[in-house]
Amino acid sequence: MNEYLFEYVVHLADDALILGHRNSEWCGHGPVLEQDIAITNISLDLIGQARNFFQYAAEIKGGDTTEDSLAYLRDVREFRNCLLVEQQNGDWGKTILRQFFMSNYQQLLYSRLENSFDRQIAAICEKALKEVTYHLKWSSEWVIRLGDGTDESHARMINAIDELWTYTGELFIPAGYEAKALESGLAPDITALKNDWLNRVALVFEEAKLPVPTAGFAQTGGKQGMHTEYLGYILAEMQYLQRTYPASKW
Amino acid sequence: MMIRKFYYGDIPEDAGTGSGSANTEVKSSKDWPLWEVFIRSKQGLDHKHVGSLHAADAEMAIENARDVYTRRMEGVSIWVVESQYIHASNPDDADSFYEPANDKVYRHPTFYQLPDELSHM
Repeated sequence: MNEYLFEYVVHLADDALILGHRNSEWCGHGPVLEQDIAITNISLDLIGQARNFFQYAAEIKGGDTTEDSLAYLRDVREFRNCLLVEQQNGDWGKTILRQFFMSNYQQLLYSRLENSFDRQIAAICEKALKEVTYHLKWSSEWVIRLGDGTDESHARMINAIDELWTYTGELFIPAGYEAKALESGLAPDITALKNDWLNRVALVFEEAKLPVPTAGFAQTGGKQGMHTEYLGYILAEMQYLQRTYPASKW
Repeated sequence: MMIRKFYYGDIPEDAGTGSGSANTEVKSSKDWPLWEVFIRSKQGLDHKHVGSLHAADAEMAIENARDVYTRRMEGVSIWVVESQYIHASNPDDADSFYEPANDKVYRHPTFYQLPDELSHM
């Protein structure tokens, strides 16, 4: 089995799965009905992307590994998602900002992976890119709406930036499997995505009348399995059923 | 004579109580305006009214409509219009508006003899 390829695909899957799960926590709690549906739709898009990546990862791993065993039966340390996606929803502003940061990143990454020599990854990313492009448009508009909204919405966005910015640096620091994926020509150089990402943030923040933080300390470790305390709670809820009633079917 | 304008959604169930009080807007300034949504399906040529939703601006209304009304591939084009800009006929006028057309059968083009060669009529 190709170890780095497996880890790399699982990493892509975990980013989508955990963000999708976080967004799904809004289901039934959205600020208005229409936004409840919007965030749940995004959640389903992301979980759909995660499934595609997990199915491919299971194929690489072989044996009795399935998409379900990867999602429901791994422990915290085996998850390869970045720290950003596991952060708590907070208020609507924080959820929106987390989505904007991540969609911005995924859009850049997927549009490169679309041309990967790995046809499976390329195909998944080509399909996912259409969804991500919409997520980015949607979340960008919300950042502008809230940032350039009332005093309260502006203050909440400032607060969200304070809480999330420190987790954005990790996106552009390659983990071992990302370095190997780059080496083999499978994946793009993610350090090179940072400028485009920052430009997009600057563009949206300017319109939103929000300050772009100067580079600060970057919290890292998620992509290597060293997570914040939150992931354990997410998995406890997400995996509860399969762990309590092994192999139960829907 | 005072002309009273009716807007979509204004007309209460028990229309025709006389006074204009039914038209009083009870709306908090915090509420987002209501929008009417029109969707054009793949097959259809024209946009059809599918429902309404709340949104803060037109862009949000289109995106909400996309999420609420096209998630099962119902459409390829979306129109939205703020409900307050739609003027509706008054149900009180139904008698004078629509009844008179009832006995005007000659308005239907059913009195012509068509040649057999003529198709697609």
